[in-house]
Formats: sequence, structure tokens, C-alpha cells
Amino acid sequence: MNLTLRVWRQAGPDAPGRFETYQAADISPDSSFLEMLDLVNEGLIEQGEEPIEFMHDCREGICGTCGIMINGQAHGPASQTATCQLHMRTFSDGDELVLEPWRASGFPVLKDLVVDRSAFDHIVEAGGYVTVDTGSAPDANLIPIPKDTADLAMDAAACIGCGACVAACPNGAAQLFTSAKIAHLNSLPQGQAERYQRTESMVDVMEEYFGSCTNMGECEAACPKGISIDFIAMMNKDYRKAKFQNRRSA
Amino acid sequence: MTVLDSRIPDGPLETKWEDHKFSMKLVNPNNKRKFDIIIVGTGLAGASAAATLGELGYRVKVFTFHDSARRAHSIAAQGGINAAKNYHGDGDSVFRLFYDTVKGGDYRSREANVYRLAEVSNNIIDQCVAQGVPFAREYGGLLDNRSFGGAQVSRTFYARGQTGQQLLLGAYQALSRQVKAGTVELVTNAEMLELVVVDGKAAGIITRDLVTGRIERHSAHATVLGTGGYSNAYYLSTNAMTCNVTAAWRAHRKGAYFANPSFTQIHPTAIPSSDEFQSKLTLMSESLRNDGRIWVPNDPDESRAPGDIPESDRDYYLERKYPSFGNLAPRDISSRAAKVVVDEGKGVGPLKNGVYLDFADAIQRLGKDAVADKYGNLFEMYERITGENPYEVPMRIYPALHYTMGGLWVDYHLQTTIPGLFAIGEANFSDHGANRLGASALMQGLADGYFVLPYTIGDYLAPMLGQSKVDTSASEFAEAEAAVTGQIDKWLGQKGTRSVDWYHRELGKIMWDYCGMERTQQGLEKALSEIPALKEEFDTNVRVLGSADTINSSLEKVGRVADFFELGELMCRDALVREESCGGHFRAEHQTEDGEALRDDDNFAHVTAWEWTGDASNPNEHREQLEFDAVQLSTRSYK
Amino acid sequence: MATKVSDGPGAATRRAPFVVELYRSALGKKYVMAITGIVFMGYVLAHMLGNLKLYQGAEEFNEYAEFLRQLLYPILPESATLNILRLVLLLSLVGHVVAAAQLTAMNRKARPERYQGKRDYVVADFAARTMRWTGVIVLLFLVYHLADLTWGWVNPAPEGASVYDKVIASFSVPAISAFYLAANLALGVHLYHGVWSLFQSMGWNNRRFNHWRRTLAIGFTVVVVGGNLSFPIAVLTGIID
Ligand SMILES: Cc1cc2nc3c(=O)[nH]c(=O)nc-3n(C[C@H](O)[C@H](O)[C@H](O)COP(=O)(O)OP(=O)(O)OC[C@H]3O[C@@H](n4cnc5c(N)ncnc54)[C@H](O)[C@@H]3O)c2cc1C
Ligand code: HEM
Ligand code: HEM
Ligand code: SF4
Ligand code: F3S
Ligand code: FES
Repeated sequence: MNLTLRVWRQAGPDAPGRFETYQAADISPDSSFLEMLDLVNEGLIEQGEEPIEFMHDCREGICGTCGIMINGQAHGPASQTATCQLHMRTFSDGDELVLEPWRASGFPVLKDLVVDRSAFDHIVEAGGYVTVDTGSAPDANLIPIPKDTADLAMDAAACIGCGACVAACPNGAAQLFTSAKIAHLNSLPQGQAERYQRTESMVDVMEEYFGSCTNMGECEAACPKGISIDFIAMMNKDYRKAKFQNRRSA
Repeated sequence: MTVLDSRIPDGPLETKWEDHKFSMKLVNPNNKRKFDIIIVGTGLAGASAAATLGELGYRVKVFTFHDSARRAHSIAAQGGINAAKNYHGDGDSVFRLFYDTVKGGDYRSREANVYRLAEVSNNIIDQCVAQGVPFAREYGGLLDNRSFGGAQVSRTFYARGQTGQQLLLGAYQALSRQVKAGTVELVTNAEMLELVVVDGKAAGIITRDLVTGRIERHSAHATVLGTGGYSNAYYLSTNAMTCNVTAAWRAHRKGAYFANPSFTQIHPTAIPSSDEFQSKLTLMSESLRNDGRIWVPNDPDESRAPGDIPESDRDYYLERKYPSFGNLAPRDISSRAAKVVVDEGKGVGPLKNGVYLDFADAIQRLGKDAVADKYGNLFEMYERITGENPYEVPMRIYPALHYTMGGLWVDYHLQTTIPGLFAIGEANFSDHGANRLGASALMQGLADGYFVLPYTIGDYLAPMLGQSKVDTSASEFAEAEAAVTGQIDKWLGQKGTRSVDWYHRELGKIMWDYCGMERTQQGLEKALSEIPALKEEFDTNVRVLGSADTINSSLEKVGRVADFFELGELMCRDALVREESCGGHFRAEHQTEDGEALRDDDNFAHVTAWEWTGDASNPNEHREQLEFDAVQLSTRSYK
Repeated sequence: MATKVSDGPGAATRRAPFVVELYRSALGKKYVMAITGIVFMGYVLAHMLGNLKLYQGAEEFNEYAEFLRQLLYPILPESATLNILRLVLLLSLVGHVVAAAQLTAMNRKARPERYQGKRDYVVADFAARTMRWTGVIVLLFLVYHLADLTWGWVNPAPEGASVYDKVIASFSVPAISAFYLAANLALGVHLYHGVWSLFQSMGWNNRRFNHWRRTLAIGFTVVVVGGNLSFPIAVLTGIID
């Protein structure tokens, strides 16, 4: 199949950017989206043009490195599919595809389709962990955890940190990412001791970088792991409680 | 040839590690902050080591070329992690895990290391659960296990099909806690390009910031590499696109011996490639083999849809050849069996490059829901990639390069032949011999990082109390930096015609054809003449556009591929001198009458460790003889 | 290093009372939006139900207006209850609008550079994306509405007319009726998303009942807006005169 690509090219963080048009010719419908870009890049190199920089690594939808705004949708049109897992059979011959980087203050563009997502790491550093030094843990089966609880925690923990939620959110909010980590740890017995401290710190750091949620649900629709916005509600509740608890204990 | 000192402590196997922990030197808690440690890599090995050393009070600097510590390749592991918990009372024990691992590795690993691995495996599970890793549970609330990759006990812990992800996130979170606490400095987007050696000891590293292009010098009292495996030497593999050997290779060039480079593992259940341009193969978790049945049509010219082929016209070749293990035969055995049938022309799929993995029986036996519950997300992933629904059409699978048992040679302390340089995780050669059992790599990465290195590194550091680290203005740092910038300028300066990927693909073809699932003297010799020729062309004709002071993925890749060339040559040489078949290393000249691997314990029960001489085609060979006291060397039989 | 949108609530180190602390965060402001939103919901529902008395004729309706002023009288002075309610409403309005403005500013800053290509929304509906605008329309309507029926400044009826007459006078002018209809449609759109949304903001989440939230939002919107829309229509068509 043959496609026309309009790709955002930007030389550096402070450089101005613009769309450039490229042709992707003879693409197999069985190839993945990023393999299609690889081919376009090989063509560019052959012509002496610098290849399009984009983020990727595992190419199996788990590392969370990839992420392109494709035709106005984060990770493109297929639901619960990261950019690297998108296959060309999703599109039709002759389609025009518009490729843009994630856009949010918290995710400044570094080059072409590459953005800086370190803000997510700072959110986790603020409390997205259980304090347990190596070697201090009791036997793993000491605390039984109901299967439902473990499953719920796993649902939340499945987040790959790709940032599509922020990219898709009309407000540039990172609620889904943050709430997923909070819900993962807050729903497990191991996470209880630091539950309120964690919630408050993580939300506070989140709000330093990102917008606020008006419950648009766009994040959930874009999320390659189908993380539910129910976790946002859980986070809101825990945050209110946290403010109360932490005030009392202070 | 020198004899390598593996520093295995004396005493009975069962108490070696306990006793040794007691006899190793300790760094007083207040003195730990006087030591700087560099860790390269934030995979399971690197992140767990950094977190633990940070907790202990060392001043740790950890580097990754990823944009976040959470993206290391460990994240992709699906199947699970082993431990000898025996929660299911099915006869597992530390000794059995140890025994299975040595046997699974075809008796080419070090007993003492493997025993220690089995011993700490249980602590890993405890640690991870306490961190909040959401392992699968039974209805009673206790941890669930499954049997995996040819094990006859249920000892594999898992978190859906995302075990590696959850374990890595656990380690990443522990690391994040230390970053917040200020004990660990995390440097992302930083690729290590040189090791700096001063007076024969590791003194630090040179890095390049992949976003700004800045070259930096970092020094420390000890340096640890947790930089993963080198399967991508084959271009097509199940490894993430950026996995590479550069850190280990540059250390090798500075004096660290590289052990058993030809010991690579081919995984039996990847999705066959769909065309020539594919850049990455996707693995389907091996756990699928628990319920899927593997078969091919009897007739190479079979044209019916799989569902229409009657039982009598199918060959369930694994069940036929290995009745007691059947579809769960170890990886090397099932991979080679698949190659045999595909080479016979019985392959399935449009390119006839796969075998069927069929769930029809399982769906009938357990019901679609139960199958979906166990494998739902894997089935979805398969369908996304191939466009076929595995509930209705059998999956197609084929072996792919997956894991590298070889790596930097390390002693019992995980120290390389360069004092002060340690290697952990897949980057070292240590525990898996000639073949790794499923679900044991995650175990080893975390064992090294959480429970072994934090002890052994103290033994190295303790006598250095009071010594300051080497200043980065030392001439060795300047030389190393000059080497790096010189290389970069050379790549960017030359007017080549072909892309880096093109050369990588060509190298990969050579490696796969001659140093892949089956190796012959003739093929290896051919590879050994083709690789240097291609390398020579690469050196002058590769085209790298753009500049060095910005994100430049071609520039990142070119250095990695250059290292793959040198490594590839060493792999072939290693495969050539090992005149036996063992584990993942199958020399066609050495096989039994029914085509099984034929080991030569009299001549090859050793580790081959290679020393860099400055000439990639002329390395020095060293050996570490392996002693087996606790296990009896026997021919692996999975019949 | 990612760019910061604000210094965040964590930046203020001194600890203030719970409510103040909560309000400093965006999540806290959302609580204000939601709680004041609930107050408004209560008001618009009650107001609509009360206005149904229009169908019972002038006497009943005017009596009802008087009744409101006599609420809890003689325990409290005349109009006191009404004034307290007014105060609650006014404060809620200030809270709702100020929080909305602050959050909107924050969200603007969170994406200073818009997408240059066309966005393709999957689930964010028109209502969700236009909350700010439907909110502003309702606010403008409210100002006019008070000037019209409460203070009578812009009401076409002669000075001293009864409340009932003022309503009839206003709605008899098609342009005014049209404005009422439009404003109430805007309110409907606002409520359609708002009523659903407040459950999320309040952290009221229960997987067994979550699917009822949409039903409730639609039901509530239809009842309130349906009732409100009926009044101008009834006047214009002569059902009420
Ligand atoms: C698809 C797949 C599935 C697997 N499934 C399983 C399984 O189910 N069970 C199991 O036990 N094992 C499994 N494995 C194997 C296992 O995942 C790996 O062996 C293990 O995770 C390796 O961990 P590591 O920490 O050693 O290295 P990695 O996770 O590869 O981490 C390497 C780190 O080093 C960094 N790095 C590398 N080079 C440099 C450099 N030059 N400069 C700076 N940083 C550098 C990288 O950024 C990264 O952070 C699987 C492997 C694959 C490919
Ligand atoms: C009678 C009038 C009003 C009613 C009944 C009402 C009701 C609501 C409700 C229930 C919410 C949901 C709160 C939440 O999600 O937590 C809401 C949100 C909101 N309202 Fe109002 N509101 C009214 C007036 C206004 C006015 C006058 C404005 C602005 C000028 C406004 C702007 C907003 C905004 C911006 C939101 C947030 C959007 C969101 O949560 O999705 N509203 N309103
Ligand atoms: C078409 C529908 C409506 C009708 C017929 C109507 C009618 C009236 C009348 C008759 C009054 C005067 C009451 C009195 O002075 O005793 C009034 C007051 C008021 N109305 Fe409405 N109204 C309508 C819609 C709305 C809406 C949608 C809102 C809110 C967004 C609203 C908010 C108010 C307020 C705040 C007052 C002032 C109450 C007070 O403090 O006395 N009205 N309305
Ligand atoms: S919540 Fe979903 S979209 Fe957001 S970072 Fe996690 S996986 Fe990506
Ligand atoms: S799209 Fe944005 S508004 Fe909230 S529900 Fe998701 S974060
Ligand atoms: S490349 Fe890893 S998730 Fe897409």
C-alpha cells in the first residue's frame, strides 16, 4: 500500500517545527507502523536527508517508549494498542497520516516526534513505592491477598508509562497515569502504611507539571493498556482523605 | 592460556554462601557514604543493585540510555520467575532448583554460583511481594505458581503475562525511592561508551548524553555493568531494538574477558516474521506450551486449512519424540525440533516458516473462558500482530534468538577480570551454562542485584577505605574521552552510502545462518571470513547523517553495530573451538544417532573466556575448568 | 527536564487548615466544583418544580412566591431563610466560577502549544469539551434572569406587577423566550456532563453502580431542562396566559 505522511519535524527543543510531507511506498499491510517508519527513514537516509526521530524500543507494547499522535489520536486509531503494536492493515491504501509528538508542558518536545517524559519519573519518586529495604521482607505467603484485590492491583499496575493519557487529554492532565500507580499500591495490604502520604505527594508533584481533570475520559480511550478512569475516582477519594489525615497527624 | 581464578569458597555446597558472607570484609555503615559506585543499566539487575546499594548508604550513580529507568528490556519478560518456595508441596527444594538449572544448562555452569542462585531465589519472591508486585493469586489469597519451560514442578511465579514488567517496576520504584532520598543519582539518556581503567583497576566511565550529545566523565571506586544481553547481534531477535553489547564490549576491549560468547538461546515460541524488512520478532510466552499442542502437517504439500487437517495427517512431533516432556521439552530441544520439521518443508503459514501451536484441545478441555483467563492478553497480542484469531486458527510459531548465556566472565564475587569492574544480570556469563531454563533470567538478574553484589562489592571496597576515587582529570579519562569523540567524528565525517541498519541486517543474516540454531565447522569458517570483510566495508561506507550535539539515532546505532561486528566474530570463533554440542550450542558434527546434542565432557567441561588483544581476529583463549561435585554429569534425556 | 506548570500545592510548606490545604490543589478545586455543582443541582431541580405552579395559575404561583419568603417564619424573620439560601447560592456561584477559572487557566498552561493537526476525539463528547462555555452562558443568563424576574429592571411588565405577570410578560416576547430556551439548552449540556462528572470528582466510585451514573445524568438533565423549557413554550403557545 502507498501512503502520504505529514510528519512534524523539529530540530531541537527550542527550534520551530513544521509539518513535512513524505511518501511511504510499497508498504506491506502486515508490517507494523514503526516498521513503516523504518522504511521511510531508510529512504530518507538514501536521499541524504536526516531520518525522522521517533521513540521506540521493545516494539511489543510493554516498554512504553513509543508514542505518536497519529491523525489526532494518541497511538493512532486502534483501541488498546500502542504505536508499536499498530499494524498497517488498520489503514487503507492512499490514506494521509498526520504524525505529531505528544504535546504538553510536562512533555517538552526534544526533536521531531521525541518528547521528554521525565515528569512521570518525578511523580513516582514522590511516593510511588513501598518502603521496604532489601532483605527485610517477611515470607511472601504471610499476607494472603484476595484474588480480586490482587487482580485489581494488577489492572492498575499494567500501566506502561507511555504518556498517551496526557497526550490525549484535552487538559493535558496526567490523572490516569498517576491514579494507576496510586491505585496499584493503595489497594494492596503492603501499600497501606504509606497510603495517604503517597497519595498526597504524588498528586502534588503531578499538579506541578500537568493540567487538571475534567473527566473527559479521553485518556482511558487512548490508553494502550485500557487503564480505567475508575482509578481517578479512587485517587480523588484517597487524596481528600489524605489531606485530612495528614493534617491531623502533622 | 592462563587459569582463571573463580574464587569459589571452600566448604560444602550448601553452606558456601552463608559461610562466605561471614568471611567477606564489611564496610562499616558510616563509611559506606565514602564510596562512590557507578552502575550502568537499570534493568532488573542494575535497578535492584542501585536501589540496594543506595539503601545501604553507598553513593550511587546509575546510568541508562533509556529515557526512564523503567524502560529497560527486562520490562518485556512475560512468563515468570522461578523460586524454590515449594508452596505447592510438589517436591521442590533449593537443591532441586539448583540441580535442574545445572542440568538444564547442560553442565556448563558453575555449581557454586547456581546453588547460591537457587538459595536466594526465595528471598527474591519475599522482597518483590513486599514491594507490592501483584503476583497472581489463588482464590485462597496465596501465591499461584505454574510450571514453566520444562520444569516438572510448579515453581514459577507470575503476574499475568507481564512478570518482567511488574518485577522491573518493583525495582524501579525501589530505585525511585533512593533517588528521592538522595542516595542514588539517576542519569537517564546517558550511554556508556568507554570504561576507564587506571592502574589496572576500573576507575570510571565515559558517557554520551543522547539528547544533547554532551560527553561526560564519571569516576567511582567501583563500576558495575548490568547492561543486558547481546541477542541483537543477530539483528532479528526478541530483544528490544536498543539492546546491545556496547558497554560490555568496550569493557572487554579494556581487559575484561568475554566468556562463552557462542552460548545463545533460541526461543521456540516467537511469531514467525512476515516479510524481509521486519526489524523485531515478538515472543509469545512459553507458558503457552503448557496448554498448546505443537504440530505440523505430515505432508509438506498440505494445502488444507489447519482445522480441516485430520488427526491422522498431523505430526505432533514433540509429543512423539519426547513422550515424557512432550510440548514442554526444553527450549533448545524444541527449537531444534521445529527447525528440523521446517527444513523438511513441513512449515506452515504463507512463508512456510512456522509450526502450529494449537489450543483447540485446551479450549475443548477447559472451556474458552478458562483459556482466555490464562492467556487472553497473549492471544490478543497475537491477533494484533498477525490478524488471526488464535481461538479459531492455531497460532504459528517459530524459534527466534532470545537470550545470551555468554557474557563478561565473572568470578564468584561477580567481578570481571578487571578489578573493580563487576557484571550482573544477562551481561555476565555466570549461571546458565549452555542453556537457560525458562523463568530463570529474571531470577538471576534480581539475585545478583538484590542479594549477591551488595555483599561482594563490600569485600572489594573495604580495603580501599580512605582512598579517594581517581580524579576525572587523569590522563586515562582524557584518553578515553578522546577515543570516543574521535570515533564519533569519524562516523559523521565519512561520506558513506549505506545505512547502519543495512549493515546490521547483513551481519544478522551471517550470524543466523552460520552461528544460529545449528553450527558447522564449514559454516563458522565461512562466517569468520565474511564478517571481517563486511566490517571493513562498514567502516568506510556506512552513512551517518546529522550532527553529534542532538538526538541522532543513526549515530547511536553505528557504534553499537560496530561492536556487534567484533563480537560476532568472537562468537563464531568461540563456536568453532567448542568441538561439542551442548545446550544452545549445537555443532552438527557432534550429535547422536537420533540427532541429539553430543557433549564432550572430557575435553569441554570448561568455560572459554576470551581476552582482547587489539586484533578482533586474534583473541587469546583462556579456560576455567568446571568441577562437578554435587551433580552427576549425565546425558540430558527428555524422552 | 520537563517544564513545570505550577509550583504545585506542595510548594506551600506551611500547613493551613484542611479545607484551605485541599483547595490549594487542583483536586481540591474539583471538590469545590462538584459540591457547588450539587448545590446548584438541588436548586435548579427545586426551582423547576416550584415553577410548575405556573400551570396552576397566577394565584397559586404568587402564593408560592410569598410562601418562599415566609419560609420558617416566624422562627426566623421574614425572608431570612430565603436570604440564607440566597447567600449559599451566591457563595456557591462564586466558588464554582472562581474554581472553574483557576482550573481553566491551569489547563491552558498545561498545553501552551496546541496540536497542529486536527484532533480526533474518541469519547470526550461535545458536552465535556464545552463545560466552560455552557457555564459562561448559564452565568450570563443568570444575570439577565435576575434583572428580569427578581429585580424587574429589564422586565417588560409595568412596575409593581406580580411575579406571575412578569413571567408572562417576558415569555410573551419571542426573543426573550428564545434566549431562555437557548440558555436552558446550554444548562442541559452542562448538566449532562456535570452530573456524571461529579461522581468522579467526589471519588464516588463503585464498579457495581458506575454504569448508573450516565443514566442519572441524563434523567436529571431531562427532568430539569424539560420542565424549564416547557414554560416559555407554554406561554408562547397560550397554554399559560
Ligand atoms: C521477550 C522476552 C521475554 C523474556 N521472558 C522471560 C521470562 O519470562 N522469564 C525470565 O526469567 N526471563 C525472561 N527473559 C529474559 C530476561 O528478560 C532478561 O534476561 C533480563 O531481563 C535481563 O535483565 P538485565 O537487567 O540483565 O538487563 P536489561 O533489562 O536488558 O537492562 C539493560 C540496561 O542497561 C542499559 N544499558 C545497556 N547498555 C548501556 C550503555 N552502553 N550505557 C548505558 N546504559 C546501558 C539499558 O538502558 C538498560 O537499562 C525474556 C527476554 C525477552 C527478550
Ligand atoms: C446553575 C448553574 C450550574 C449548575 C447546575 C452547574 C453544575 C455543575 C456540575 C454538577 C458540575 C460537575 C462538577 C464536577 O465534575 O466535579 C459542573 C462543573 C463545571 N461547571 Fe458548572 N454548574 C452551573 C453553573 C456554572 C457556571 C456559571 C459556570 C462558569 C462560568 C460553570 C462552569 C463549570 C465548569 C468549568 C465545570 C467543570 C467541568 C467539569 O467538571 O467537567 N458552571 N457544573
Ligand atoms: C424557564 C425557566 C425558568 C423560569 C420560568 C424561572 C422563573 C423564575 C422566577 C419567576 C423567579 C423569581 C422568583 C421570585 O422573585 O420570587 C426566578 C428567580 C430565580 N431564578 Fe429562575 N426561572 C427559570 C430558570 C432558571 C434557571 C435555569 C436558573 C439557574 C441557572 C434560575 C435561577 C434563578 C435564580 C438564582 C433566581 C433568584 C432567586 C432568588 O434569590 O430570589 N432560574 N426564576
Ligand atoms: S495510564 Fe495508559 S496511557 Fe497513561 S501512561 Fe499508563 S499506559 Fe500510557
Ligand atoms: S482525558 Fe483528561 S480530563 Fe480527566 S478523565 Fe482523562 S485526564
Ligand atoms: S516500543 Fe515499547 S511500547 Fe511501543
